[in-house]
Amino acid sequence: MIRLAALLFLTWLPAAHAQLTVEITGAGAQRIPIAIAPFAGEKALAPGISTIVRTDLERSGLFRGLELPPIVPEPTEATTINYPEWRARLADALLVGSVQARPDGRYEARFRLYDVVKQQPLGGVAYTLGKEQLRATAHRIADFVYEKLTGEKGVFSTRIAYVVKRGNRYELQIADYDGAAAETALASFEPIISPVWSPDGKRLAYVSFENKKPVVYVHSLLDGKRHVVANFKGSNSAPAWAPDGSRLAVVLSREGGSQLFLINADGSGVRRLASSTAIDTEPRFSPDGQWIYFTSDRGGSPQVYRMPANGGEPQRITFEGSYNVSPRISPDGKTIAYISRNAGKFQVALLDLSNRQVQILTDSDRDESPSFAPNGRMILLATVINERGVLSAVSADGRVKQRLSATAGDVREPAWGPFTE
Amino acid sequence: MRAILISLTAASLALLGACATQEQKPAAEAPVESATKPGATPQAVKPAPPVARVEPGKPAGSPFAALKDPNNILSKRQIFFDYDKFEVKDEYKNMVEAHAKFLRENPSAKMLIQGNADERGSREYNVGLGQRRSDTVKKMLTLLGAREDQIESVSLGEEKPICGDHTEGCWAKNRRGDMLYSGEY
Repeated sequence: MIRLAALLFLTWLPAAHAQLTVEITGAGAQRIPIAIAPFAGEKALAPGISTIVRTDLERSGLFRGLELPPIVPEPTEATTINYPEWRARLADALLVGSVQARPDGRYEARFRLYDVVKQQPLGGVAYTLGKEQLRATAHRIADFVYEKLTGEKGVFSTRIAYVVKRGNRYELQIADYDGAAAETALASFEPIISPVWSPDGKRLAYVSFENKKPVVYVHSLLDGKRHVVANFKGSNSAPAWAPDGSRLAVVLSREGGSQLFLINADGSGVRRLASSTAIDTEPRFSPDGQWIYFTSDRGGSPQVYRMPANGGEPQRITFEGSYNVSPRISPDGKTIAYISRNAGKFQVALLDLSNRQVQILTDSDRDESPSFAPNGRMILLATVINERGVLSAVSADGRVKQRLSATAGDVREPAWGPFTE
Repeated sequence: MRAILISLTAASLALLGACATQEQKPAAEAPVESATKPGATPQAVKPAPPVARVEPGKPAGSPFAALKDPNNILSKRQIFFDYDKFEVKDEYKNMVEAHAKFLRENPSAKMLIQGNADERGSREYNVGLGQRRSDTVKKMLTLLGAREDQIESVSLGEEKPICGDHTEGCWAKNRRGDMLYSGEY
């Protein structure tokens, strides 16, 4: 049964416009078995909503979609549920629904979720949608199911940013969390690196080399307008948003070396945050805004440090190994993902701040740019497979690994966006 | 004034020489390294003859023409660095000195130094490594008499490799500083 499920999953095909495809290369041990019945009438909209919901849930590593024989008549959200029958199919949960065409050309999608073990309904929603909202609607249904059954918010409606390099062309793209519906926010013949989402998900800060040197920009995704935040003499790089979205930490070389500064999001009010003779870079605010974690080679090799967000004495955070860079704090502030070099391999490591335990999460060897999902469950990263840059994701417990591969080009610099309404 | 400048220059060079040799193994003479590791130091450095050419007043035309003359050391712009190292190796000192002289003698000339790193590791940390390299070259030029405001040192990190393979031979070419004059970037 499990083998069959795996095979079916591998043959899942992405929508025609998807830039990235997902393969699960590992799976969590304890997954919630859920029966997702095909939504009655969903064939009118391809791919079927139930297929997208199932893919979402399985991709989280926390769910296992059960194989179902054809059920006649097709169950809908209005069907009376025979709990023992679904229990006999080993389902802990059941999702049923329907899609109906409306006279105005739009569609109505309804669903209902059941706890088969407790034999009780967990709620449902009805949506009116146009054809182009099919995926977004399915992701919202998956978020509903995920939250009801795990108690945590799902990330299926969130977006990611990343950079694709094709030849000498660089594109900053925004896509759904699964790589579908990719749009280009910026195309350039010079490199683009270090995109970071503003806390409200409406803007991206990034570094562009279009002026033959690194300059920090903030780009509004609503109107496509952008402005320079830091273009001082020397290099301007490594932007990080403060949790309130009003300021950024950046790295400037205008006073020599690579040093940490704070600057308002409109480019005003620059002030130096720290002073060292080392390279201080890759700042990140802790979610509570109290700390800035950063990379520094002040101790002779690059390591992760943190300092109070308004300046103060830095403390070293990583000690194992001679190359620990690119710190990212989990949304709950309890762990740090970073890139660690182990025997020549660059891999994603996770440090538990309470007990200082370090776990290596990946088995790839050229990992870069880890980025937490806003619920902290998964970490998106860039790696290299067959000499090509690809995105992959690993669960924060290291059990689920996925690969998102673009159809062409090198993909790098992923950044997982925040929850948005 | 001239004498002061020259003695300052000499003292600076001695200082830089002292700094640079500090971390260099005595056995690691540059020519040996380039012979054993092809590609590690791809820019052969010629003994610097024609600096005199750029002297103003000569009928050769604009002093800036020397920057493009392949027979002039001023046409040499690339400095390659050892792994995790930032000091300018001895083999490039004549070149850097010639550029410092050019900047001194042409106060309107402006230079952009782009530092680069190889592809390994974090992109942003590599921006830092490239910056350290370009800052080193800038410091050397200013110690040799170029004005601080004539030079901007920046980093392109690992983003602009001139060699695309994932080998030490390529990485050595990508750990470099490029000196560009206004109009060239």
